[in-house]
Amino acid sequence: MTVHNLYIFDRNGSCLHYSEWNRKKQAGISKEEEFKLMYGMLFSIRSFISKMSPLDMKDGFLAFQTSRYKLHYYETPTGIKLVMNTDLGVPNCRDTLQQIYSTLYVEYIVKNPLCVLGESLQSDLFSSKLDSFIRALPFFSVRAA
Amino acid sequence: MSRQSNRATDSKKMNSELFTLTYGALVTQLCKDYENDEEVNKQLDKIKFTSHVVLHRFFQEGCAAGKITNKMGYNIGVRLIEDFLARSSVGRCHDFRETADVIAKVAFKMYLGITPSVTNWSPAGDEFSLILESNPLVDFVELPDNHSNLVYSSLLCGVLRGALEMVQMAVDVRFAQDTLRGDSVTEIRMKFIKRIEENLPAGDE
Repeated sequence: MTVHNLYIFDRNGSCLHYSEWNRKKQAGISKEEEFKLMYGMLFSIRSFISKMSPLDMKDGFLAFQTSRYKLHYYETPTGIKLVMNTDLGVPNCRDTLQQIYSTLYVEYIVKNPLCVLGESLQSDLFSSKLDSFIRALPFFSVRAA
Repeated sequence: MSRQSNRATDSKKMNSELFTLTYGALVTQLCKDYENDEEVNKQLDKIKFTSHVVLHRFFQEGCAAGKITNKMGYNIGVRLIEDFLARSSVGRCHDFRETADVIAKVAFKMYLGITPSVTNWSPAGDEFSLILESNPLVDFVELPDNHSNLVYSSLLCGVLRGALEMVQMAVDVRFAQDTLRGDSVTEIRMKFIKRIEENLPAGDE
């Protein structure tokens, strides 16, 4: 089991943070383009899902998976979107993403008045805390990647 | 980076008097600053300082300080909402009544230790009042006559406006009654203006 990468988007679609751990295949386009593509897809999925659902939804879009990887999605009511790609063996990650939001993003970004909200995050403290948080996850294992 | 905070310290309750007094100092300083601004302009003109000018000046000060605290509150609100959501695990509200409940019963309780009552709903359900029996911000405050136009706690309006804007609600918030200005209760009036739609950012493709 492993974690491939993680994106954080704000409600306007800017990518606030990106980090990757075990990503063997790159997209072959610039990161900027990749973020736009990713956000556009998420935006469409959300609207697709809300239109297709036969019932009123509570949480909406949660995750999708392909033959090779699984994309986990968590969105706060303020529109912060956390996206994590893992391999298929990883169970539901909403709690993990919620934890990243509440114990890392809120603690080290929102509560740091020097971090301008809505811009790409420059905080080294946040990056290093996030990195150690991800590496400590039970399903993070480089060996199995 | 010397930040050592962890979640354990969060649960510790801060003495609210410290907050109240700090806020008081802020308002006082704002009023002083505005006095100074005016002072500079008037320095050459001191002899003409009639009581009329003084009154006029205080009127402006009151409004200006109110506007600034409101703006500051807004800036606090847009950040505070994230902290609130992270701590309370409240999800998205589906109507304004639910929003009112969360504000009064969860948010005010969490940050100010009080639970205002929600009343005076407009028939359309887009407007309501928060009645504060006590307002912790004004614990040690007495408004001097010459500051009768100062909306002392306007920071709260800004916080509410900023926080709600971040959850896609444009809301008008103002003080309808204020015990500081002789009313029997403190009343914050909130009016729902519109839902802010989330747009796909304009791509260059």
